Amino acid sequence: MEQSPDTPRIGVDEWVASVEGKRERYTGLRGAVFRNWDRLPPAARVLVFAVPAAIFPFLTSQGNVFRYGLFTLVYALLALGLNIVVGFAGLLDLGYVAFFGTGAYLYAILASPQFGNHWQAEAAIPVVVIATAVVGLLVGLPSRRLLGDYLAILTLFFGQAFVVFVNNANRINFPFFGHVDLTGGSNGIANIDPFNFFGYKIDSTMKQYFLLLIAVSLLLILLMFVNESRTGRAWRALREDPLAAEVMSIPVNRLKLLAFVCGAAVAGLTGAIYGTIATAALPGDYDVGLLITIYAIMILGGFGSIMGIVVGAVIVSSVPELLRSSANARPLFYGAILVALVVKVRPWRLLAAEFGALVALGFGIHGIASAAYPRLVQGESIGSGAIPRALDHWMLYPRDAVKIADLAYIVLIAAIVVYPQLGRLWRAILLPPLLYLIMFVWENLLLLHIGGATRLILLGALLVALMNVRPQGLFGTATVEIV
Amino acid sequence: MNWSLFFDLTVSGLTLGSLYALIALGYSMVYGILKLLNFAHGDVYMIGAFLGWYALHALGGPMNPTFTGAVVLLLMFVVAMLGCGVLGVAIERFAYRPLRNAPRIAPLISALGVSIFLQNSALLIFGAAFRDYDTFDLIGVKTYNIGNLFFSVPQLLTVVAAIGLMIALTVFVARSRLGKAMRSTSFDREAASMMGIDVDRVISVTFFIGSALAGAAGVMFALVFGQIYHFMGFIAGLKGFTAAVLGGIGSIPGAMVGGLIVGLAESYATGYLPQGSTFQNLYVFALLILVILIRPSGLFGTAQIQKV
Repeated sequence: MEQSPDTPRIGVDEWVASVEGKRERYTGLRGAVFRNWDRLPPAARVLVFAVPAAIFPFLTSQGNVFRYGLFTLVYALLALGLNIVVGFAGLLDLGYVAFFGTGAYLYAILASPQFGNHWQAEAAIPVVVIATAVVGLLVGLPSRRLLGDYLAILTLFFGQAFVVFVNNANRINFPFFGHVDLTGGSNGIANIDPFNFFGYKIDSTMKQYFLLLIAVSLLLILLMFVNESRTGRAWRALREDPLAAEVMSIPVNRLKLLAFVCGAAVAGLTGAIYGTIATAALPGDYDVGLLITIYAIMILGGFGSIMGIVVGAVIVSSVPELLRSSANARPLFYGAILVALVVKVRPWRLLAAEFGALVALGFGIHGIASAAYPRLVQGESIGSGAIPRALDHWMLYPRDAVKIADLAYIVLIAAIVVYPQLGRLWRAILLPPLLYLIMFVWENLLLLHIGGATRLILLGALLVALMNVRPQGLFGTATVEIV
Repeated sequence: MNWSLFFDLTVSGLTLGSLYALIALGYSMVYGILKLLNFAHGDVYMIGAFLGWYALHALGGPMNPTFTGAVVLLLMFVVAMLGCGVLGVAIERFAYRPLRNAPRIAPLISALGVSIFLQNSALLIFGAAFRDYDTFDLIGVKTYNIGNLFFSVPQLLTVVAAIGLMIALTVFVARSRLGKAMRSTSFDREAASMMGIDVDRVISVTFFIGSALAGAAGVMFALVFGQIYHFMGFIAGLKGFTAAVLGGIGSIPGAMVGGLIVGLAESYATGYLPQGSTFQNLYVFALLILVILIRPSGLFGTAQIQKV
C-alpha cells in the first residue's frame, strides 16, 4: 500500500498527487489533527458538534436557547438539505425555501384548528415528508432538460409562485370543492399543534431543541455515509462535469431527480418542525430573505462540506442576533476593519503611520469643524460609556445627520469603487481619509439602522468579498478545471 | 367579445412588454458574452427609477419644472441611463471580473450579494415609502385614441422610446466596430482575445449598455405606473429574465420579442384568466415552463451543441 509520492500512479494526475502530498506534509499538531479527523468514524465526528450543542442549553437562559439554539439548528437542517441539491449534485435550486414552506403548511393543515385535523406526529410527519418529496419531484422534472442557470431561474420563479399562492389561497374557488380557505391568506394558519408522538408532546423549547439536535445529528451521520457512497460519488461526478458523468454511464437524470427529492424531503421535515416552533405558518416566513440566509450559510461553510455547514449555521444565525444592539455591533465592525488592516497593510511601520494619521486627521477635522461649522459637531454618538463619549471629541456628529450621511454613503461607495484602481502611493496617502469616511458613515447612518437594512448591506458586501477571496467557501475544497 | 377591454389590455401589454424587453436586453447581452446570470440587473433598474426621480426633483419637481416638460423628461432619461451605466460597469469590475475563472456558482452568489447590497442601500437612503413621479403634473393628462384604442402620453412615449432604443442597439451591434467586437466576444471569448480584441473593454461596454437600458426602463416604468420603491427591481428582473429566456438567451431580437410576449401574456392573463389579477405572475411562470419544455433554447435561440 505504501507508495512514495514521487512514483506516478495510474489515474492520478499531477494536481491530485500534489494535493495528497500537501495533506501528508503538514507536521506536528496540525498534521495530526488533519490526519486523525479523516480517520474518525462519522458518528465520532458528529460528537464534536453534538456534545457542545447538548450542553449549551444548560449553560444559558431559556430565551437564549430559543433565539440562538433553535434557529441555528433549523438553519443547519435546511442548509444540509440544500447542500444535497447544490453542494453534492451541483443543481442551483433557488426555490428551496418553498419546500420548507410546503412542509410547514402541510403540517399546519394536518394538525391545527384550521380544518379541525389533529393528527398524531408519527402519522403526520411521514405524510408531510413524502408529500414534499413528491412536490420536489415535480419541480425537479424540468431539470432533466435544463442547463445550469435556466434551472436557477425556474426554481426562483417557483419559490415566488409559492409565496403568491399561499398569500392568496384563501379565496380560490376550486373546481369541485367550491370555496375553501386553504392557507389562511396573509394571516397564515395559527395555533399549530406541537408534535405528539404516541401521546408524548414536544411542547417546550427544551424538548424542541433536543428534537432538532437529534434530527441534525442523524442527518449529519447519514450525509457522511451518503457522501462516501456510490450515489454520493456519482453526485459529485455530476456536479463536476455532467457530460463526463453521462459518458461514464452514470444515470444523470435519475440522480438529479433523486437530489431534488432528498433535498425537498429534508426541507419538508424541517418545515413541519419549524411550524411547531413558530406555532403558525405565515407566508412572509418563506420568502427570499430566508433563501439568502440559507445560501449564505452554505457558501460560508463551503459547498459540499458537511461539517462546514454546521459552522456556517452557527455563524450566520448568531452574528446578526449579536449585531442587533449597537453595543455589540460597534466592536464587531471595528474589530473586522482592524483585522482586515492588519492582514492587508504591511509592514507594521506603515500600519502604525496610517493609524497615527487617522487619529490626527480625526482631531484635525473635528477641530476645524467645531471652529467653522459648529452644526457638524452638535449631535452625539449612540450608546453610553467611555468609548462613545470619547468618540464625541473625535468623530463628526452633525445635528440632523440624515442628508449629510446619505450623501457621505454615496461618496463612500464611489470611493471604495475608485480606491483599488489607484497606485500604491496614493492608496497609502488616501487610506486614513477613507477610513475616517467609513467610520463617519458607520457612526451616523449604518449604526442607526442596525436592526434593519445595515445587517443585510453588510451581508451582501460580505458575500461579494468572500467570493472574491475564496470562491469555494470557508471549508470547501477548491476545484481545478483541467482543460 | 368586449373589444374595448381587449384594446386596453393590448395597450398596457405592449407598454409592459417594451419595459420587459429593455430589461431582457441587458440580461441577454451579458449572458451572451459572459454566460453569467446577472441577478443584480433588476436592482440596477430600480436605481434607474430613483435616479430619474432625483433628477426630476433637482430640476424643480413635477409642479414647476425649470424647463418645459419634454426637456426635463430628456434630462431624466440621460441622468438615469448614465448613472446606471456607470453603476453596471462598477458592478462588473468588482463582483464579476475577479471571478472570471472561478467555478460557475461563485459569480451567481456574488451577483446575489450585489443585489442584496443595492436593495438595502436603496432602503437605507430612499426609505421604505413609495415615491411618485406625478407624471400628470409634468406632462398633462391627455389621452389619444385611434377608434377604440386609447393610450396615454407616457404609454406612447414608453413604446416609442423603447423601440427607438432597440433600433439604435441593433444598428450599433450590427454596424459599429465595437458591436462587431461584442459579437465576436460572444461567439468565442478566447479566440476574440487572440485576435486582438480587448475583451475586458468589450465586457465593460456591454455592462454599460445593458445597465443604461435598464435605467431607461426604470424611468419609463415610473412615468407610466407612478410608484417606485426599493423592492421593485426583484419581480421586474424576474420578468425580464423570463423574457430573455423565452426569446432565447443571448439573442437580441429574441429578447425584444420575448419581452413583448411576456408583457402581453401578463396583461391578457389579468383580464381574461380566472383570478388573473392575483395570479398573473403564476400564469407567466406557467408560460415560461411550457416554452422551456418545448424549446429549451427559447424561441430565437440556437440549440447548443456541447463539444468536448
